[in-house]
Amino acid sequence: MTAASEPGRQAASAPGRPEPRHGLRIFLIWLVASAIADPLIWFLLGPHMPPGAMSGSAAHQQTTINVMALMSAPVLLFVLIYFGYALVVWRHREGDEGDGPPIHGNARISTIWIAATSVIVLALFGYGTVELIVPAGAGAGEGPTPIWKPSGGRPLQVQVIAQQWVFTYRYPQFGGVETPQLVLPEGQNVQFNVTSLDVIHSWWAYQLGVKADANPDVNNVAYTKPQQLGTFRVRCAELCGLWHGAMTNVGRVVTPAQFQSWATATETQLAAVTKNLPPYATTYDADAVAGLGKVLTQLGLNGAGGGFYPPEVPVQP
Amino acid sequence: MAIEIQPEKAERPGGREPSAPLPARPWWMRPAIHTGLIGAVLGYLLGHWLGNFLASGYQQISTADENDMAIVLGYALGTVGWLAGMGVFNDLFRQMAGRSLQIRREQAEASSGLARYFRFSLDHKVVGTQYLVGMIIYLLSGGLFAMAIRTELLSPTYHVLSSSAYLMVVGEHGTMMIMMMSSIILGPFGNYLVPLMIGAKRVAFPRIEALSFWLTPAAFLILLSGVMFGGFPTGWTGYAPLSIQATQGMDAYAVAFGLMGISLILAGFNIIVTVINYRAPGMRWSRLPIFVWSMAATSFLMVLAAPVLVGGMYMMLTDRTAQTAFFTADLGGSTYLYQNLFWFFGHPEVYILALPGFGVVLEMIPVFSRKPLFGYRVAAAGMIGVTLLSFFVWQHHLFVSGINPDMRPLFMLTTELISIPTGFIFLVAMGTFWKAKIRFTVPMLFALGMLFNFLIGGITGVFLSDVPADTTEHGSFFSMAHFHYTIMGGLIFAFMGGIYYWLPKMMGIKLNQRLGKIHFWTMFLFFNSTFLPLFAVGLLGQPRRVFEYARQLQTLNDWVSISAFLLGGSILIFVINFVWSTVIAREPETGNPWRSRGLEWQVPSPPPPENFPHVPVVLSGPYEYGVPDAPPVADLSPPAGVVASALSGVAAGAPS
Repeated sequence: MTAASEPGRQAASAPGRPEPRHGLRIFLIWLVASAIADPLIWFLLGPHMPPGAMSGSAAHQQTTINVMALMSAPVLLFVLIYFGYALVVWRHREGDEGDGPPIHGNARISTIWIAATSVIVLALFGYGTVELIVPAGAGAGEGPTPIWKPSGGRPLQVQVIAQQWVFTYRYPQFGGVETPQLVLPEGQNVQFNVTSLDVIHSWWAYQLGVKADANPDVNNVAYTKPQQLGTFRVRCAELCGLWHGAMTNVGRVVTPAQFQSWATATETQLAAVTKNLPPYATTYDADAVAGLGKVLTQLGLNGAGGGFYPPEVPVQP
Repeated sequence: MAIEIQPEKAERPGGREPSAPLPARPWWMRPAIHTGLIGAVLGYLLGHWLGNFLASGYQQISTADENDMAIVLGYALGTVGWLAGMGVFNDLFRQMAGRSLQIRREQAEASSGLARYFRFSLDHKVVGTQYLVGMIIYLLSGGLFAMAIRTELLSPTYHVLSSSAYLMVVGEHGTMMIMMMSSIILGPFGNYLVPLMIGAKRVAFPRIEALSFWLTPAAFLILLSGVMFGGFPTGWTGYAPLSIQATQGMDAYAVAFGLMGISLILAGFNIIVTVINYRAPGMRWSRLPIFVWSMAATSFLMVLAAPVLVGGMYMMLTDRTAQTAFFTADLGGSTYLYQNLFWFFGHPEVYILALPGFGVVLEMIPVFSRKPLFGYRVAAAGMIGVTLLSFFVWQHHLFVSGINPDMRPLFMLTTELISIPTGFIFLVAMGTFWKAKIRFTVPMLFALGMLFNFLIGGITGVFLSDVPADTTEHGSFFSMAHFHYTIMGGLIFAFMGGIYYWLPKMMGIKLNQRLGKIHFWTMFLFFNSTFLPLFAVGLLGQPRRVFEYARQLQTLNDWVSISAFLLGGSILIFVINFVWSTVIAREPETGNPWRSRGLEWQVPSPPPPENFPHVPVVLSGPYEYGVPDAPPVADLSPPAGVVASALSGVAAGAPS
């Protein structure tokens, strides 16, 4: 406190003395603060930064958020330190009714500022573009004709069918079986084909780092590659009506062998049901919706079947 | 050479002289809000009947037991009736009948007292005050809905509100805050102060200006009337097809938002023409106060962006009433069409909300730093840059929607580029602080608070502009916290600062400074304590507009809720201060309490009816603090010849 207000008092009491080098002081304070903040962000906060590293896209998102934090912390600190310094050192002193020095601008400072912000912005843009293209669209929905695809073989196809207010999953490579469970194999590319039967939803597999809007009559493709075993939470991220807040389920990442046995077992178990379903297509025909609702009801599953829920479903907690 | 204006049509025989003053009618015979309300009720009933008459035969209406057309036409004709009852169209018909408007205008201007605030007034100062009180009422209504949201989110499972009531509250809060607050600074301060700041006696289109205000109570009441239908489930964005599926509350949303869009177009149009054409002699573009620059930039955004919104709302209404299919995918429409229309308006809209805040803050900083504005041209360029770029960023709201993946790098670039002109504003503020003499008055505290909040809001915006990071943050509480930092932390803080700064000018009374400081510190503290944790809540996976959330997020959510209630308490302190100071204490303040060089402070407070006794001649810029022997900002009683030569052909030929 005293140290910070000292230069101001000196300047006020002894105007004959040379001004302290404010710019240098602010720069040094900023340098120290950034040198402390950035390693803390990278090493302490970074490994815990959401959404984690459960999949390839999630890991890339985590790194991107960390890099953005690394870049923006010094900017934030610079402005805040400058404000703090100015408010302490250049505050109005009692009894001083005069005006400040008439500085109308400084072309050099303005140029440096504009150049620095432009460089930061363009660097972030370049980095963001790389992080978008390298992990095949970074887990974001790319629409019906994706332009960034993962390399190495045809990925596992999973169709995500969103409706008010439940997600259903369809595995076309396993006889087109349709199930409310989402199980994925570890270490294998997955292609989600996200579509909707009624309104716009957004399929958000939080730990997998995948988010894709579900639009009716549109196939929205998103890629990821699970790389850790465990469960992940799925939520709807686009307001879709009454029970939007309750539109959630839990998916699992298992070993490839476990996945094979689960998939084939489910395929056999639900074969009678699958037979009644419309043939697999990238979007779901609206006419097939009523049939789907019937099937789900037969299975004892909750589903609006393209219509509206009766008021008691799902039961209000 | 002046041409003698003759009345084009003589009064009927036995009538009064054309130039005679109109007979004074008793107050209840003159148009005011009571006649407006009567007109609104009659118009609604007529529209409702018309809608039933037109559409009752349709099968979908007889089976669905609801007729959206009756409600929409009721709202539309009710609004027309409200405006007609207010007397908005009187001058139009009077002019069509060939009668003079001059007498009516003089009579209207001569009326004083409280009653004029409830009438269709052509005085920009009255309209500004109407806007001020209206905007505070709308802000408080929206804030009450926010309190209800935070009450529900106290618990992850227990429900105070039903899920439909929760969505209603969310939708009403969001729509109220975004749509009604669009003119929270342009309405009160823009309309009131722009003519004073540019040395004009009036605005260019006083009737259009007044109409822009009188549409806002109609939009407000229509939006609130959605509550009677159970609200609308879409939030403030109104995405189709959910909005097509929704019940009648959605009609209230679409009509109210559309009306507010029209109000924005009108308000912006008037300000643009006023700033371009009504500047006093000597008020060059390089001397224009920075607040006027921000108002002009905001007005351009309003005039260019809001028509797209009005179109979108109109399409939604025809989808809902006349069974068109603009947004229904399996009938040839597109759900993306609505998203594009909405965000083509919606992104300029957030700069409609941000730019006035920049203007207010940069206007106050030189006064309380006692220094010229650092880099005046940089500040103006920053505002123009934001205005231009804001039309090229809207698809960042559609980063995960599946549309145009190849356009994502482009929209990521344009979105990040907009932080460069925004950075100009910070450069100007920081440069002005350099070796300044900063006075911590209440308006200055709010300006500093705005800069702090907007810094956080802006930097988190860069996170959201990056597609990989946005994939996690999109549609989560992170983006919600981000835009609350820019809008509430930016715009509302600037609005509060503007009230403390300009209320002495507008009303000639002083606000209590001690209560003002308590108000600022509680608002600043609890605002940050409310919204800072929400960044973490969003990153930890809580989507927006949910009424149930993960159990491990309860501690954070409870902290936020309690802070939000305290923030509400802080706003209550403001309301108490406002009412106490303007109604009860009424401490007069007629001079220039901030020792500002602004032209608006060179006339008495509150300003006389025509602002300036003579058209002033502006001699220097408004920020020449500390400049040795700087000329006064304006000559308020210039020699007659100076103004006459400068104004020839401008003032004389201007239609009223």
